[in-house]
Amino acid sequence: MNVANEALGGHGPHAHHDGGPHGHGGAHAPTYKQYITGFVLAIVLTIIPFALVIDHVMTDVLVVIAVCAAMQMVVHVVYFLHLNRSQEQQWNRMALIYVLIMIFIVIGGSLWIMYSLDSRMMPGMMHYHVWK
Amino acid sequence: MSNGTAAMQEGALALKPGYAAAGTVEPRELHAQVDAGAEPHHDTASTIQLGFWLYLMSDCLLFAGLFATYAVLHGHTAGGPTARQLFDLPYTLTETMFLLVSSFTCGLATLAMNADRKQATLGWLAVTFVLGLGFVSMEVHEFAHMVAIGATASRSAFLSCFFTLVGTHGLHVTCGLIFMAVMMVAVAKKGLTPTNRGRLNCLMLFWHFLDIIWVGVFSLVYLSGVVH
Repeated sequence: MNVANEALGGHGPHAHHDGGPHGHGGAHAPTYKQYITGFVLAIVLTIIPFALVIDHVMTDVLVVIAVCAAMQMVVHVVYFLHLNRSQEQQWNRMALIYVLIMIFIVIGGSLWIMYSLDSRMMPGMMHYHVWK
Repeated sequence: MSNGTAAMQEGALALKPGYAAAGTVEPRELHAQVDAGAEPHHDTASTIQLGFWLYLMSDCLLFAGLFATYAVLHGHTAGGPTARQLFDLPYTLTETMFLLVSSFTCGLATLAMNADRKQATLGWLAVTFVLGLGFVSMEVHEFAHMVAIGATASRSAFLSCFFTLVGTHGLHVTCGLIFMAVMMVAVAKKGLTPTNRGRLNCLMLFWHFLDIIWVGVFSLVYLSGVVH
């Protein structure tokens, strides 16, 4: 019944039904449409970077790879993990935002510090064969 | 004799009002019990879901550390094999498709579960399990091949962090497979009970989460590695 209701109601951010004592499914009963949309988008966003790199279509594809990866992660979170704007998932969103900030600090900070360290070292010492 | 039966009847009659009284109270009590049972249960289920979500987020931080390490050290090959020499992209693409399709079939298992279809749930879980097993087998095969040609974790900083990052992900997928096998037995034995549903929901979250991490792995490690 949940599934049927949801299928009719679409999967917009307001499609959730809160309250109501359903023992399972909770506020985010997913639909076929959601999974199929997510699956197709994920396939497309996987094929694009692989095709570009395998066929050497472009010389600088790093930006495309990064954009496709970020988009695919969003697709997974929205269509597979069903994170939406419902009140019930407020703390899930808060936790995710916190983690995104931490990831940004950890990865961005590491790269910033380590590459800065590399560039401050004497020219010649930057090459990794010194560690041989 | 007749006295005795009369007394018994009287006793029965005397008892009846008591039963009747209990009968009038009972529905209300029952209702209260159902309410009391349903509400905390609903709360418990969503609390467990949130708790599991927090675990996934902390797992994200673990992977963030490994991704950061890889991003810093990926060029430190120490004269050993480089990413471009080691990685075979069509192979990785196949691996990726295994995991992506398994994520989709895992979603179909969720839908079957929500529709109260036990056999369909078990069927889709089995398909997901086989696809997940295919992914892990391909990864083990890839690792074995790399070790065989001398590209071991101790060869260079690049390979150390490669094996740590990709291996940690593979270990997570393996744990997910064990979790899935246990849940398949539990559902087969006890059916789609509220407890099993809650656990299955956690399993689904975990499985989709692993696919998200893999998107980061194939983008940063394999694709970027070959481009560099």
